[in-house]
Amino acid sequence: MGAVQHSGADARLDEARRRVEADTRRRRRQLLAPTLIVIGVFGLFPLTITLIYSFLSPGVYGGVTWEFSTDAYVQFLFERDIFDDTLSFSGTYLSIYGRSIGLAFGATVGALLIGFPTAYFIASKPPSQRNFWLFLITLPFWTNLLIRTYAVLLIIRDEGIVNLSLQSIGLIDQPLTILYTDFAVFLGLIYSYLPFMVLPLYASLEKLDFRLVEAAYDLYATRFQVLRHVIVPMAKPGIVAGCILVFIPGLGAYITPELLGGGKELMIGNLIALQFGGSRNWPFGSAAALILMVVVMMSLIVYVRYAGKEGNSHG
Amino acid sequence: MTLKRSIPALVAASFMLATPALAEGELNIYNWGNYTSPELIEKFEEKYDIEVNLDGYDSNETMLAKVREGNTGYDIVVPGDSTVKIMIEQGMLAEIKPNEMENFGNMDPKWVDVWWDPGRNYSVPWQWGTTSFTVDTEVFGGDINTLALMFDPPEELKGRINMLNDMHDVINAGLRYKGYDRCNSNTDELRDVTELLINAKQYWRTMDYSTIEKLTSNDVDLSQNWNGAAMRARAQRPTLQYAYPVEGFTGWMDNVAVLKDAPNMENAKLFVNFIMEPENAALISNFARYANGIKGSEAFMDEEMLSAPEIVMPADAPTPDFVKPCSQEVTDMYNKIWTKLKQ
Repeated sequence: MGAVQHSGADARLDEARRRVEADTRRRRRQLLAPTLIVIGVFGLFPLTITLIYSFLSPGVYGGVTWEFSTDAYVQFLFERDIFDDTLSFSGTYLSIYGRSIGLAFGATVGALLIGFPTAYFIASKPPSQRNFWLFLITLPFWTNLLIRTYAVLLIIRDEGIVNLSLQSIGLIDQPLTILYTDFAVFLGLIYSYLPFMVLPLYASLEKLDFRLVEAAYDLYATRFQVLRHVIVPMAKPGIVAGCILVFIPGLGAYITPELLGGGKELMIGNLIALQFGGSRNWPFGSAAALILMVVVMMSLIVYVRYAGKEGNSHG
Repeated sequence: MTLKRSIPALVAASFMLATPALAEGELNIYNWGNYTSPELIEKFEEKYDIEVNLDGYDSNETMLAKVREGNTGYDIVVPGDSTVKIMIEQGMLAEIKPNEMENFGNMDPKWVDVWWDPGRNYSVPWQWGTTSFTVDTEVFGGDINTLALMFDPPEELKGRINMLNDMHDVINAGLRYKGYDRCNSNTDELRDVTELLINAKQYWRTMDYSTIEKLTSNDVDLSQNWNGAAMRARAQRPTLQYAYPVEGFTGWMDNVAVLKDAPNMENAKLFVNFIMEPENAALISNFARYANGIKGSEAFMDEEMLSAPEIVMPADAPTPDFVKPCSQEVTDMYNKIWTKLKQ
């Protein structure tokens, strides 16, 4: 911008432009404020408390005492032997995290296998009927999760519907032990989070141009090739979103393992709850929660990077 | 007219002056879930024109975690014996001097000088009971009065056992089975108990507080249990029997106490005095099926409670063991054992 030719009119115009820009910026900031406040008050603030607590010492009857300590993190991987006070590697908490990750991963795969055909079925219906099927998918949300989990418990228990009907048609003579096993937790997780898988998948598949599928068939693609090279790549954003939406709440599930797992073995959610209740170790509970968050965030970053690269190569 | 007798009138009068629109007081009770007789509350509300709000918790720890920060708005809590001691030490309870109240004379003398509140300066009995276990005698026909049924079960009970999801109840049972002291910090003995528990876990189906439901749905045939719950479960599954193991079992008492920052202090004191009336104490027991600590309440109790084997202990049963709170060092060790067990 040439400073020399500046006439009075230009200067005024510039001035006016700057004011408009400043106004716009201020208005944007003001419009953003509610979001920032919500994130700050309900997101960052509690997270900061958790972070601070995780570096303090446990109070005798719960709570914390204001003494700096990294014990909570050391305790996660090592244990001071109960019996001779030496520090040694301990897999106790790792195995609880391992079980949780395994169950959440299994539930994600299960939900994908059931959810994909369901979403495809809905997307392939005429638009006028789709809303009805979507309504059916969201119907369970009208009932509290605790109640629905209890319902699953009633269905799969020793004297529940599944066992009674299998026994009455003579397939088995002793009831199958389904309830209070890891398998029951797995079933419960799939059931609870299936809609989170179906809805984003449907959102992706709905936009699918079925002429492309027809074109693929015209070019002599087999059914499997059509699925693999046409449908799945186009549904990918939905698959990624669905998997994330099932995996993350599954990892932190509390009610499902508590009710269907029989309380004999902990998942991460139960371990954290235990620290704030019976174990009276708030710093360790905070640390366990933060470690879970870091694990989730790291796997998300890795996943997004990987998915991003894939996307580029396709593009 | 004594001062205490005039309190209701004074309270009512002061409320009338302060809030003419609401001519009644309030009382906020924080008690264990499914534990408070609705009849009792109704009677109290009518007698004193006080509105009672009831909220529930599922363990002493939950209650403690909530009220320790203060300003909960609750007036009355119902902590277990060792939790009363903790709360007194932490300065969380108001010294309401129940021992000077009008109805204090009704309290059974054996519950006055208790270790958790000697002389009863802070609390009065709500209910007391025992923690042992219930077995279906149709499934297992042998002698049930031994902890071996939980830790070294016969074939027919394997995989059919529910333990309470409570660190102290499970570890204490293990300590008794091995013949060791409670609140134990002896490392050799604890190692022994840890092995016992981890080995026994394969025989347990669940670890859960909802004992009545587990037993009546036939999910399990043996469950660690409280005596009142055992009685309620037997009503639906008559072959159940409550055991009095020779190795010993836990006794406990839940006590009504008032929080130091109670917003309705006078109403809370009224309530404390109110439940020491035998007729009112009987209402508490008739609902939750545990004994109370008030003399003369038997006259108002349901017939079946007076002869129930869960309430009336056989003469040869061991004395219930009221376990004192353990030191932090011992609690830390118990925590490690517990996490290891549930790994």
